Amino acid sequence: MTLSKIWVFAESTESGITSTSLELISAASKFADHVEVFVASPEPGYSEIVGAYGATKLIQVTDVNDRLIGTVVASAMAQLLSGNTVDAIFFAMTPEGRDCAARLSVKLDVPVLTNVVNLSVDGTRLVSEHAIFGGSEIVQAGFTGSSPAIFAIRAKSFTAESRGGMPAEVVQVGVGDLGSAGKARIVEQHLEERSGPKLDEAPVVVSGGRGLGQAENYKLVEELAKLLGGAPGASRAIVDAGWVPYSYQVGQTGKTVKPNVYIACGISGATQHMVGMKGAKNIIAINKDEDAPIFSIADLGIVGDVHKIVPKLIEALQSRT
Amino acid sequence: MNITVCVKQIPDQSSPGKLDPGSHNLVRDGKLILDDSDSYGVEMALQLAAEAGGGEVTLVSMAPNGEVSGIRTALAMGADKAVLVSDAKLAGADALTTAKVLAAAIKRNPFDLVIAATESTDGYTGTVPVQIAEILDIPSVSFAKKVELSGGILKVQRQTELGYDQVECPLPALISVTAGVVEPRYPSFKGIMSAKSKPVEVLEASTLGIEPGRNQEIITVRSAEERSSGVIITDEGDAHQQIIEFLEQLKVI
Repeated sequence: MTLSKIWVFAESTESGITSTSLELISAASKFADHVEVFVASPEPGYSEIVGAYGATKLIQVTDVNDRLIGTVVASAMAQLLSGNTVDAIFFAMTPEGRDCAARLSVKLDVPVLTNVVNLSVDGTRLVSEHAIFGGSEIVQAGFTGSSPAIFAIRAKSFTAESRGGMPAEVVQVGVGDLGSAGKARIVEQHLEERSGPKLDEAPVVVSGGRGLGQAENYKLVEELAKLLGGAPGASRAIVDAGWVPYSYQVGQTGKTVKPNVYIACGISGATQHMVGMKGAKNIIAINKDEDAPIFSIADLGIVGDVHKIVPKLIEALQSRT
Repeated sequence: MNITVCVKQIPDQSSPGKLDPGSHNLVRDGKLILDDSDSYGVEMALQLAAEAGGGEVTLVSMAPNGEVSGIRTALAMGADKAVLVSDAKLAGADALTTAKVLAAAIKRNPFDLVIAATESTDGYTGTVPVQIAEILDIPSVSFAKKVELSGGILKVQRQTELGYDQVECPLPALISVTAGVVEPRYPSFKGIMSAKSKPVEVLEASTLGIEPGRNQEIITVRSAEERSSGVIITDEGDAHQQIIEFLEQLKVI
């Protein structure tokens, strides 16, 4: 290990610290002796899980209340940075992670390297890798100025591995009033209900795109996903069109998935989409346009009509059970 | 109600992007167009200004070579005027420098609300809008998928990983909007004609008091490992059987 200290902004839901946050903690613990994790939750139990994944300290920001998490945590980090040497700070490429990284970047006058898919140590600094042009090229980048280096990292870039560490030491901080920047308030939270395996954890993902023709046809995707014990996903085009909620979106702005099998139904394969699913072990694509970019990464590509092929596939699978 | 919209002019995305082999900057020569992602923000601004009973919609943009073709598209949709920062010194500027430039450009006109896209289509760092808000010391609501304004308070549905948050925020503020938040209008013929005479102020970075520094570097660029190409077949009515066989081989079924 070359680095002394890395901070990680960890996000939590009702079911605990998110898997993406655990990936970041695992990665940080490979690069630095001290890993300090920020959470915007007073939950004391988190010291065990973050400790197990390699964190040495858990910093709880206690006065988030109904304010936006990113804004509050950025201020907490800026306050604690004076008198503290931190080599790097890791964020997830989530809405909260981006908010926090962006606010902190201005406070420290340090740019953010975003969409990081890998990191390695080069001498005394971290260098990052970024997949560009839909993942066809990899750019390696690093900071030349003073620390800390701020990285916003894509989900599933690292493996979350428990190293059986001791519970992290817990420290509580409050940020107080944030002036005009802190004036946005959350008045209500809506959770979208989903049944079946989670999109970013399912062994099989079946996604639909514009080629489905109309919103009603998305039920074919759901049915096929269910029969294969998988999760349904979507391209940005049909999320923007309002066919399915954002939580279904696979791609640059949505979820990154790495299932055993990915089945793309009526998806042409825009850069935006491919970035989020290129890591699948096996890719099956069905599209009527033989020139669709998705075929360039498919293990099995079917040039044909999803409206004919998917119903037959569903029927065939049903008759097997 | 004065609204400023950040717009990016980008190379046509139907042709694949490339990096300059020397500088590793994204090649941005040739004609630039209005980023599709920004048409939603322009439309939202026009609607909110109309509902508020008036006020100006101002565009701010940063682009090389005094490029205005994308700005003209947004002016043709109905925006009133634009500020363009164009300076060779800004080539390859990082997101923070871009945010400083845009924030300084925004400050040249009075504003109640700043609107940006969640991220650009060609660079997608997705940090510029909130960096601008921090520089301007105003609240921000990113990932807005529904926006209303009542009694001077913004009511925003903000996308989260699990659903959405209903957020309320006083003005002045910044929002970044997702695609699909509104249906962008097509410029009318009259709009296109009048856009040609709408004012566009063109500035250099130094006029805004910004000296671009560089705090990050690109070390190498390499081709990603290609996936070995698979089997492509044309459906003759039995393609579903081939999928079944493939899934059996993988022991998924």
